[in-house]
Amino acid sequence: MEVSDVSSRILAGLLETRTGQQLTMSRRWRIETALGGLMRDRGITSMDQLITALVAGREPWLAGEVVDALLNNETFFFRDRAAFDLVLKGALPRLQRSREAEKKISIWCAGCSTGQEAYSLAMSFLDERVRWQGWKIDILATDVSRTAIERAREGVYSQLEVQRGLSVLQMMRWFTDEEGQQWRISKQLRDMVRFDVHNLTEAPPKGRFDVILCRNVLLYFSEATRTAVFQRLAEASAPDGYLMLGAGETIIGHGSDFVIDPDNRGLYIRNAVQQPAPLSGLA
Amino acid sequence: MKSCLVVDDSKVIRKVARHILETLNFSVDEAEDGRQALSRIETKMPDVVLLDWNMPVMSGMEFLRTLRQQDFDVQPKVVFCTTENDAAHIRAAIEAGADEYVMKPFDRETLESKLQIVGVA
Ligand SMILES: C[S@@+](CC[C@H](N)C(=O)[O-])C[C@H]1O[C@@H](n2cnc3c(N)ncnc32)[C@H](O)[C@@H]1O
Repeated sequence: MEVSDVSSRILAGLLETRTGQQLTMSRRWRIETALGGLMRDRGITSMDQLITALVAGREPWLAGEVVDALLNNETFFFRDRAAFDLVLKGALPRLQRSREAEKKISIWCAGCSTGQEAYSLAMSFLDERVRWQGWKIDILATDVSRTAIERAREGVYSQLEVQRGLSVLQMMRWFTDEEGQQWRISKQLRDMVRFDVHNLTEAPPKGRFDVILCRNVLLYFSEATRTAVFQRLAEASAPDGYLMLGAGETIIGHGSDFVIDPDNRGLYIRNAVQQPAPLSGLA
Repeated sequence: MKSCLVVDDSKVIRKVARHILETLNFSVDEAEDGRQALSRIETKMPDVVLLDWNMPVMSGMEFLRTLRQQDFDVQPKVVFCTTENDAAHIRAAIEAGADEYVMKPFDRETLESKLQIVGVA
């Protein structure tokens, strides 16, 4: 099946309007593979038929499903261990000191895909149960993809997914095996994470987050979208909150809402104490 | 360069594993069953053993139990790599002294992350 130029432009347009994600030329060859399953499930036999249905707009759910299928949901447990270490050993000890009075930490995983990132964090808290005794740890994990959020909430992973990034001991501790080589995450972990559908191009969820993870999401946003998203992340951040991006993503060039944490390179820290506008040429 | 002994009665699996391991910069040795693996280890101790479960002559479990009874100065890490993929088998393997467990089919990323977890990659 050939995906014509017109079709791919329509699909790319739909994806960008709904999510801000750009389907660069180099990723367009994946359209066919990405949509194959959905088309089979829905009995759609050709790309033309799909495009016609989309354009006619008679089945409003179809556009949502197409967008979900086009999104890149790649993720795995403890993806980039160094990044987790920065959060666990850099940000959290400091927050534990500064939040001693309220004993509450709020974390937002923005663009959490099928949940592995949020569950990895939850596991890390449970692994240090004694240290966090008496603390309320609130983890919110959101994604624009309803399909991904439903899977995340269910917490059931394939054999390949469950062994990516987890040690066998972690797997045995936190999962039970089910029929059909599926592994279900423990209720204890599931109860630690709230999953919600949320679009990063819209207003941030309610709350002041002490740590925001937004990893491997910004890559395919346009420059303008990226800047706007950083502003929203700043709004959602506590005045001394942390931001963790994916390896290879940076905030440099997108304003001064966050600055590099000099003690933990790779982590950003909210720069809430805005300097007053300079009167002379000093600042 | 770290070394890995691949123990599997399937030539195809040995070939796939060798290929992945070599791209991860391992020197690779092969054995077709547990007995062969034991004799390989006598001559050259690998850093890690990638071990199948069901093999003729001597199974992965028998090999592992025998291996763990030897008093070598340093024991190799053992990563089971098998189609036995339920919790009961995995628990038994850990109890017998396996360090990690890969359920087949596996891919490069899985194997690489398991080798990192046991500290040889
Ligand atoms: C490659 S995954 C990364 C998952 C995880 N953060 C990680 O690093 O492993 C990117 C996720 O961002 C989500 N995403 C893309 N655009 C989004 C948007 N506008 N709002 C929220 N999530 C979005 C995708 O649905 C996908 O699940």
